Formats: sequence, C-alpha cells, structure tokens
Amino acid sequence: MNQQVRVIRGWEWARPVRPVRREVLEAVPALDEGRPPLLFVPGFGHGAWAFAEHWLGHTVERGFSGYALSLRGQSGSGPAPEATLRAYVHDVVQVASGLPRRAVLVGHGAGALVVAHALARYPARAAALVAPVLGGWATAFTALRHNPLGTLPALVGGRLRCNHAQLFGPELPRDEARRHLSRLGRPARRAQWQLLFGREPEPAVGDPPVLVLGSPEDRVVPRSALTRAARRYASAPLLFPGMGHDLMLDAGWWEPIDAILDWLEKEPSGG
Amino acid sequence: MTTSIDHGRPDPEPSTLDRNCAGRSVSDRGETVCVIGAGPSGLTAIKNVTEHGFGVDCYERETGVGGVWNWRHDRSPVYASTHLISSRPLTQFPDFPMPDDWPDYPHHRQLLSYLERYADHFDLRRHVWFGTEVVRVEPVDGDRWDVTTRSTGGYGPERTSRYAAVVVANGHNWSSKLPDYEGLAEFRGDVMHASAYQDPAQLRGRRVLVVGAGNTGCDIAAEAAQQAAHCWHSTRRGYWYAPKYLLGRPADQLNDLLLALRLPRRLRQWLLHRLLRLSVGDLTRFGLPQPDHRMLETHPIVNSQLVYYLSHGRVTPVPDAVRFHPDSVELADGRQIDPELVVFATGYLPRFEFLDPKILGDDGMTGRPALWLNAFVPNHPTLAVAGLVQPDSGIFPLSHWQTVLFARLLRLRETRPSKAAAFAATVSARAGERYAGPVKESSRHWFEVGHADYLRVLQRALHDLEAK
Ligand SMILES: Cc1cc2nc3c(=O)[nH]c(=O)nc-3n(C[C@H](O)[C@H](O)[C@H](O)COP(=O)(O)OP(=O)(O)OC[C@H]3O[C@@H](n4cnc5c(N)ncnc54)[C@H](O)[C@@H]3O)c2cc1C
Ligand SMILES: NC(=O)c1ccc[n+]([C@@H]2O[C@H](COP(=O)([O-])OP(=O)(O)OC[C@H]3O[C@@H](n4cnc5c(N)ncnc54)[C@H](OP(=O)(O)O)[C@@H]3O)[C@@H](O)[C@H]2O)c1
Repeated sequence: MNQQVRVIRGWEWARPVRPVRREVLEAVPALDEGRPPLLFVPGFGHGAWAFAEHWLGHTVERGFSGYALSLRGQSGSGPAPEATLRAYVHDVVQVASGLPRRAVLVGHGAGALVVAHALARYPARAAALVAPVLGGWATAFTALRHNPLGTLPALVGGRLRCNHAQLFGPELPRDEARRHLSRLGRPARRAQWQLLFGREPEPAVGDPPVLVLGSPEDRVVPRSALTRAARRYASAPLLFPGMGHDLMLDAGWWEPIDAILDWLEKEPSGG
Repeated sequence: MTTSIDHGRPDPEPSTLDRNCAGRSVSDRGETVCVIGAGPSGLTAIKNVTEHGFGVDCYERETGVGGVWNWRHDRSPVYASTHLISSRPLTQFPDFPMPDDWPDYPHHRQLLSYLERYADHFDLRRHVWFGTEVVRVEPVDGDRWDVTTRSTGGYGPERTSRYAAVVVANGHNWSSKLPDYEGLAEFRGDVMHASAYQDPAQLRGRRVLVVGAGNTGCDIAAEAAQQAAHCWHSTRRGYWYAPKYLLGRPADQLNDLLLALRLPRRLRQWLLHRLLRLSVGDLTRFGLPQPDHRMLETHPIVNSQLVYYLSHGRVTPVPDAVRFHPDSVELADGRQIDPELVVFATGYLPRFEFLDPKILGDDGMTGRPALWLNAFVPNHPTLAVAGLVQPDSGIFPLSHWQTVLFARLLRLRETRPSKAAAFAATVSARAGERYAGPVKESSRHWFEVGHADYLRVLQRALHDLEAK
C-alpha cells in the first residue's frame, strides 16, 4: 500500500466528478440507540438489491441502521457507461458523509476495492471487506481459471460475466441462484479495467479497524488473496466454508453479517 | 453554566486543582487540548485532534458552530446574498465533501448547514462550551498553557484551566478595519462598516458610496447597483475582476487546471490576463483605473456582476476618498460627491487579544505574527494557529491539514520526541516564510497564500514527520 498521505489533488479539484442519481435502500430501526450506520457497497454487476435481499433486514433487526447503495450505472442509480473507479469512490463518500453519523463501510467483491479507496477519503468508523476483489493479475487469473468464457472478453474490454459456480455454493437452490444471476448488470468498462491496473489504495484516514471476510471455496477470490487483503490491515480473514463468492446471497447468508455486527459490538469505537 | 442554545458540553470537571503564579486556582485538564473558536477551523481542529486520540475542550463565544457562516451570530459578517467565491471542490473539507448536487458556489445558509452536519456527523458539539469567551492564554512550564475563560459579555467569574496544547482558531473576519478620514466625524450622512451590512433594503433608494474592492465591496456595489438611487464605488487602485466562470468552468477550477499542468506562475498570469482581456475586455473603458499589479498579486476578486452593472452605468467608479465634508466626500481627483450612506468594505484585521503578541513572534506589535506555515509558533511547540491564511481557494482544506499536522506532531512528542524536536527546529528556522509570489503591500496581503504552494510545503512537512 502506498503509505504517504496525499494533500494535493489538483486534477480532482479542477475536474470534479459529475453528480448522478443514486439509489440508496435503507432500513432504520424504530429506536435509534446511537449505533454507527452500516453502508453496504456492492461489487461489479450487483446493486443495492443484493443487500436488500437479506442483510439490510438482518442489520436492522440487530438494532443497527443499514443503507445499501447502487454505484452509478448499477440497478436503480443513474446510467454511467463511462464510470471510473474514482466516480465509484465519490459515490460511496457522498452517501457516507450524508449519513447522520460516522459510517461503517461494508464492501463486497470489487465493492471492497471501492471501499478501500474510499477509506482514504472519508474517516469511516470501521470497514468490512467481504470477499474482497482488490484487483491485480491474480484476480484476473483466478477468474480466467474458473470461468474462461465469461472473463476473457472482459480482459479485452468486453463484458465480464459471472457464472453460478463462481458466485454461489452448492447449497443455494438452483432457481434462487438463477433469479440472482438474472439481475446482474453490466459493469462499466473503464472501472473494470482500473480494477486490474489501477492504483493501490492510499492509506486510510482516521485509522479505522478493518475486518476481512470470505470463503475458502470462493472461486473469484482465492484464499491467498483473502489472507493478503487481511494482512494489509494487520489481521487474519474470517472464513465461512462452503459458501460461494456472494456471501450476502448464498445459503447461510446470516453468518457473515452476524460476524460483522458482533465484531462492531465488540470494537471499542463501534456498537 | 453555558448560555447555550446549542447542546454543548457541560462544565468541565476539574481533575486536579492547582494555583498559578497569580494565585488563581487552575483546573488541570491533563493531556486535553484546548481549541479556541468553533468556526470551520475550530471544528476541523476538534475533529482531527480527537481523531488522534486526544481529549478536546473547545470554547466558542457565540451560541452555535459555524463562525463567519452562522448568520445568527451578532458578529457574523455575512449578508443575505453571500455566496461562496471559492467553488465547492476547493472549499470543502477533504474528507467530508459537500453534496455534489449543490451549486458550484453555494449560499451561506448551505455553508452553515454543511458545518452543522460536519459537527453532528463527527459528534463534535460535545467538546464545545458555547457562550464562553477566551480572555487570556498564558504559557506555563512544560510547554503547557493556562487558558482563562468567562461567559461572553463578561458576566460571571473567570476560570482558568491548564491544557497540554492550544489551537487558536478565532478567525480573521470579525474585527473591522475602519479607515479614518479628516472630517469623517462631521459627515452628516450615515457611515457603516460592511460587517453591519445585511440586506439590500439598507441601500434601497439611497445614494450610496462603497469604499473598497475586496469581494465584500464588489458584492455590495453590485447590490447597490440594483437597489440604490446611485452607487459610487471607490477603489484606491485598479484590480482584475475575475468572473465566476472562465471557459465554462468555475474560475478557481481553471486556475487549478493550470496549476496541475505545472505552468509557471508568470505563464499562468499571462494566460489569465489574456483570458480576461478576451472575455471581459478592457475595463478602463468604464472609467476603472488600469490594474497596478498582475493577477494573483492581490487577493482574487471573483464577481461576475460588478462589470455587468458598470456596463449599465449603474455603478460609477471613483478613486480613493481623501476628505469628508459635512455634506460631501472629496475624492483624490478633486471631485466632490454627495452620498447619503457610506459603506466601508475595507476588510478586517486578525486579532489575538488573549495572547501576548510576543508569543506569536510579533515583537514589533505590528499585528503580523511570524509563524511557519502561518500556523506553527517558534519556541512554543504546543501552540498552533489554524485558519490564519488568505488563500486563492477555500480556507477549510488548509485548516484541515494544519490541524492534522499539529495533531500528528502532538502524538510524536510522546512517541518519537526526536522527530518533534526536528520539527521545532524547522519552525524556528523558517518562521515568517511566505507561500505566494510577490503581492501588493496591504494590511490584508501579508497572510495571502497560494493554496498549491502552501499545501505542497505542508504535505512535505507531513511526510517528513512520518518518515522512518
Ligand atoms: C462575506 C464573506 C465571504 C467569505 N467567502 C469565503 C469563501 O467563499 N471561501 C472561503 O474559503 N472563505 C470565505 N470567507 C472566509 C471565512 O472567514 C472562512 O470561510 C472561514 O469562516 C474561516 O473559518 P475560521 O474558523 O478560521 O474563522 P471564523 O469563521 O471567523 O470562526 C472563528 C470562531 O472563533 C470564535 N472566537 C473568536 N474569538 C474567540 C474567543 N476569544 N473566545 C471564544 N471564541 C472565539 C468566533 O466566535 C467564531 O465562531 C468569507 C468571509 C466573509 C466575511
Ligand atoms: N462572496 C464571498 O464569498 C465573499 C464576499 C466577501 C468577502 N469574502 C472574503 O472575505 C475576506 C474579506 O474580504 P473583504 O472584501 O471584506 O476585505 P478585503 O479583501 O480586505 O478588501 C478590502 C478592500 O478595501 C481596500 N482598503 C483597505 N483599507 C483601505 C483604506 N484605508 N482606504 C481605502 N481602501 C482600503 C483594500 O484595498 P487594497 O487593495 O489596497 O488592499 C481592498 O480593496 C476575503 O477573504 C474575501 O475573499 C468573500
């Protein structure tokens, strides 16, 4: 990780990211007990819906408020075929800073990369990186190995497609998996490219605690990548064997979210 | 008790009682840091210092956060129509952006709501005692500080607390600079400083003279053009009047594009001169004097309306006023004009009345402290000033990084004293350093900074602190 703080961002100041309509689904407990809100950030192809399915409801049942964002170009947010990673990070920071309190950022898949970048631009209370796709060649190779037909076009600027076996474990009923797959959208080409070759995230501001979660059977993120990601934040990954890449949709979805909320309750700065 | 309409914090619990040399009792606040003022600079100081693990007590003499931008405050200099002159990306805090669907140049009420959200989001109000004024800040042994406060307005007893460090964030736009003229006392018309100007109704139907062409003077002249019976605008030199948009983008963003391209200052000045010539034209045709300096050598004026009203003949440019008569004002060119209202938009002066000027290196009592990065004080490693800058951008980002740097420094004093000592040596060696090219001598320009030059030095200082 690049360890130096960046103060000067002339290009960004001179060329601000354009605003866009952003879909934010929310679930807020009737009684606010002052806990930090969670902001869920989906990865490529997904949208806020992926968290609305189970995790938002579960979060609110446990007394936390939950917000799920669709990045620009994803499901209910405004179209943005030319979206860049920078624009995605902008979307996350915009929504996070609009919440009533310092938020916990939870990113899934490539959304975890967006979160890792957002942590350098917003002093989050804490962050959870779920099955994080942090980019680089290893990501491309793993995807190629498990889904060559879906991945190859992406490497030459085409569309990235994920298949059933990459995203879900064997226990999720077929028709449910099919329903989710049919909702997957098309990631923006430039952002997809920046995932592989973009810059390392800058150091997080405000020193937030970071939790990494994943599955050893994930066919998008190899086990070694999980360990590497966790090491970056000086911890070890929490593992949920038997699940696929989409921990928030797969059978057993409550285990990872419970783990995140338990962790937040224990964290001195959380709960 | 706080006289607060805001939910500030309750009175401090003194941890230990001590007596200072004058025999007053002092409550020792341990490692807590004191922040003076809860304007934008004070708020970001609270946030960044607490983020580095220190306790903070902030004193604010008004009843709410926001400083200048809180129009409810008696001392707030904003008028009903105030909009930013620095555009959003160059004004917002770097880690808490304004909503991206706000206009490029938001209104002052939006600024207040932004600052209130910042305070709530980071839970800063619990550190603030509102309605409490700092009257004295004195150094004591061990680089600690005795801070004496009382209720605003001078009611109630004084109390003194001892702090590990102090951030002075008292702002520099509240103490009016009022020039004196021969005969001013006998002048029969109304006279006011721009800080008392709130609403165009004050100008309606009257013959108005506006003195000064900072951004305030230009804003008020443009309003007088629409409301007053007549408007004279008196300036003591020619200026570059930059519009809010150049080449289809906010002017400061264009400047930053040129900066990002690393164009040298001279070339930037030349380009900006050409651009203004091509888009706004030669202003001497409206009777304005030729600028006596290049662009970027006075604090930028950003105003698209003034030139428009000059072109309508709704504003009459006039030279400096030299003398007042009971019924008229005499100008430098010998002309006499007969305004009913004179608005002095002659700016403000920084004031630190609670501090011995010598502490800030102002031995000659000139009102110009000698600091490094306009913030760090030689021989006083636990004192910093935030927001004492007049940048060609917004102030908030500069205050943010100043206080981040100060908070890191305070941490390093504990963990790596050698680093902190090296920093202190730099402060002494480089106090008084400037971060702008040549500027016109004026009471307002000694703390003018180019934000890019300034932040580059600050970034370097941060990296040096963090280096192994
Ligand atoms: C009309 C106008 C327009 C402006 N437009 C812009 C712009 O477009 N962009 C920009 O960046 N800046 C602008 N400014 C500059 C403005 O000063 C800064 O934006 C900003 O408010 C500076 O923040 P601050 O916290 O340093 O000072 P302030 O906002 O002045 O806050 C200082 C606070 O300290 C408190 N205080 C002072 N002394 C004491 C004491 N002894 N004890 C306790 N509390 C004390 C005050 O009550 C106040 O709340 C403008 C200023 C004016 C007047
Ligand atoms: N819309 C906005 O966002 C906005 C509006 C107003 C103010 N501001 C900011 O607020 C700050 C203060 O601005 P300001 O306009 O109030 O003050 P200012 O920038 O200090 O301008 C004062 C003006 O008065 C002149 N002047 C000073 N003393 C004088 C004297 N004795 N006789 C004649 N003229 C004299 C100055 O001339 P010289 O050129 O000789 O110095 C200058 O033109 C600035 O940072 C400004 O950018 C922003």
